[in-house]
Amino acid sequence: ESGLPSLSAASPLTLRIVAECPVTKARACDLILPHCAVSAPVFMPVGTQGTLKGITVDQLEALGCQICLGNTYHLGMRPGPDLIEKANGLHGFMNWKRNLLTDSGGFQMVSLVELSEVTEEGVKFKSPYDGKEILLSPEKSISIQNSLGSDIMMQLDDVVSSTVTGPRVEEAMHRSIRWLDRCIAANKNPDKQNLFAIIQGGLNAELRKACLDEMTQRDVPGFAIGGLSGGEEKNDFWRMVTLSTDHLPRQKPRYLMGVGYAVDLVVCVALGCDMFDCVFPTRTARFGSALVPWGSLQVKHKQYAKDFQPIDPDCQCPTCKRHSRAYLHALFKSDTAAMHHITIHNIAYQLTLMRSVRQSIVEGRFPEFIRTFMKRMFPSPDQYPSWAVDALASVNVTLE
Amino acid sequence: MKLELTRVVQGRSRLGVLKGLGRTGQHSLEVPGCLLHTHVGTVPHLTQETLHTLSNLTSVTQVTLSNIAEHQEVLEEFKDGFRKFAGLHDTVLYCSLHDPATPCPTGYTTNKTVSVWGSGGRIELTVAKFMALQKTVQPDWYQSMADGETWQNNTSRKRVRKSVDRTLAHLDECLLVHQKSQELEGVEMFGVVEGGDILEERVRSARETAKRPVAGFCLDGLQMGSMDRALRTQLITAVTKELPEDKPRLLQGVGQPDEVLACVEAGVDLFESFFPFQVTERGCALCFSFDISPDPELAGRAPHAVLGLDEERDTAGETQQNGDFNLEDQTQMTSFEINLKDKRYQDDFRPLVEGCGCYCCKNHQRAYLHHLLVTNELLAGVLLMIHNTAHYHAFFGALREALANDKLDLLKRRVLRESGRQT
Repeated sequence: ESGLPSLSAASPLTLRIVAECPVTKARACDLILPHCAVSAPVFMPVGTQGTLKGITVDQLEALGCQICLGNTYHLGMRPGPDLIEKANGLHGFMNWKRNLLTDSGGFQMVSLVELSEVTEEGVKFKSPYDGKEILLSPEKSISIQNSLGSDIMMQLDDVVSSTVTGPRVEEAMHRSIRWLDRCIAANKNPDKQNLFAIIQGGLNAELRKACLDEMTQRDVPGFAIGGLSGGEEKNDFWRMVTLSTDHLPRQKPRYLMGVGYAVDLVVCVALGCDMFDCVFPTRTARFGSALVPWGSLQVKHKQYAKDFQPIDPDCQCPTCKRHSRAYLHALFKSDTAAMHHITIHNIAYQLTLMRSVRQSIVEGRFPEFIRTFMKRMFPSPDQYPSWAVDALASVNVTLE
Repeated sequence: MKLELTRVVQGRSRLGVLKGLGRTGQHSLEVPGCLLHTHVGTVPHLTQETLHTLSNLTSVTQVTLSNIAEHQEVLEEFKDGFRKFAGLHDTVLYCSLHDPATPCPTGYTTNKTVSVWGSGGRIELTVAKFMALQKTVQPDWYQSMADGETWQNNTSRKRVRKSVDRTLAHLDECLLVHQKSQELEGVEMFGVVEGGDILEERVRSARETAKRPVAGFCLDGLQMGSMDRALRTQLITAVTKELPEDKPRLLQGVGQPDEVLACVEAGVDLFESFFPFQVTERGCALCFSFDISPDPELAGRAPHAVLGLDEERDTAGETQQNGDFNLEDQTQMTSFEINLKDKRYQDDFRPLVEGCGCYCCKNHQRAYLHHLLVTNELLAGVLLMIHNTAHYHAFFGALREALANDKLDLLKRRVLRESGRQT
């Protein structure tokens, strides 16, 4: 068991590798963070505005969640870093006693806002609330995240959509490296808050490799694989993921950003990733879509009006222990609590999935787990997504 | 059910316990008390876990046919009754006709039917359909079918008389079916007293309903409209005079604290708890004080220095004027609450109400609630519903205690001072 702390003196992150899969690149780790230990592989639910839509922190804790996300862009706008600092950081403000990871705000800048300009300085944009022009620089992003007090902070990266090609991708990759250095310099709390780098380079293997070579020279406690999960072809996606994990240090956690579909999670664990986040499970819940081992169930559909089983008879979550599909179907017509029931179930599904994945790695039967998982998820082998078959084959797992 | 009164104050206000509730008769409900307002068995915004952060919840869950009627086919196929369908364990189920928080369109009542509005539109109920619904819902207790559409301005005397006649006719028909149904064995029925704003009709309705073998009485048609409050109290007093003392009286559609107090004094025992829900929906938190415990340190000091809550009195909210109680006002802020969207709470790190033991007050601050409301986050509804329900229940607890200790006047003054209103 190797538990070498990272190089800095007082390290707020320690990775202990508990087991490594002898067949794939998967690992089971304990991630020791300031607020508590996190069992990896881990799925991190997203609580964008300092709350996990409709779920109390007690409920989240009871589900076994050890780390969740807050969003720097949103919280930086409302209520703002000064107020959150007054409230004893984001932990104090939302009263979450376990770990928090904040992203840099970079992705929202691109996906949500009228983008004025990306310059070397930072990203200039117009606030949607008062129209004022704001500059989100690496320094500003880190400053906000320092005020939020998250256990893991993300560097501000120059985010470019994965469907973009050409010189812009290279420019963004190089700039992200320079911004990483600025972020490292700007971090006021290196002994309490971990700053992760984000590997860029789009779908270009050379660019990605160049980025990996540079960024891994920086003394950061962890690395994220960024610039993927944005609508690119899955065939390109998995190749970039596996290239990245091939060149990331074994002793540091690998965080694949924006990935949360069950199949993607299982495959990317096999490719060597430890941490994942995605709004999908909680967002889809609010539309009545319940995640199950064989896909998903649209509770609002007529066919469930008289279905008196729980969403998943094998699920141990509070929703499935008490309520039927029929009741939830009826409740969706009357009250918001219906969404909360599904949200709870979906988070439970994701966390249980990761727990099972981890357990199978620890017990040396991860390849078998993968095969069983895929069989359950797809009605027949010819429906297995080909990218997943290829990706798994690349790490020595052959499906039927 | 059996009403055991321990005190009757000034011949009107009653204190006691309603025992023998539920099929096995093991539940009880303290009186004066409230029922738990739900949407198809769910307290708005709350799952069972968040609901059960509340201690001392009332033992009676209220469901309404306006929510349930559209699911009749599903329930008939389910066969095991609504309580099981909704995953409700260990609670008494009371089924009313209309949702007190959602006034419905008028003009659809006929001699033989009343209508409820579900998510898919209007559903017309004859007594036969009404009773069929009760048989599939299998509540522990329900109100009989009634025509209460007399709350509008200037309802004619003729219309009021019709509502009394129809309601009595519906009651008799319901009773006939009830007595013949095996499914409803052990289930109790309340008669409904109508009569609009006409004293003679109210008395007539009360007298006639009291002649029937019902377990208790709903007082209906007093919830909305521009009825003068003094008139309402007068009518309720006249009605309860005609009703047997040993049977409970449930007042529909009235929930504001000052009104609750006035109606308890007029002889009402039970209330629906939709008011905390309405407060929640407008992003507000109940904070009125009902604390009348003597504190020697505070004796002799000016009232507003005592609890400091008067600073919170939101000048942005409009206090209701006496006698002006129309539909729009139902959704207007009252002086019993604070509007957490207000900028002043942005950096207020106190709990909603100091000393409140609810989950929200123990774990969160006004600044956080403000943020949740400003950002339209779902958690706001969850936390506010928890607090408002807890506060409202605690108010009823204080009311019972005041009655037990002859301190009702003191409580009235405390509560009414908050509302800036005289008794």
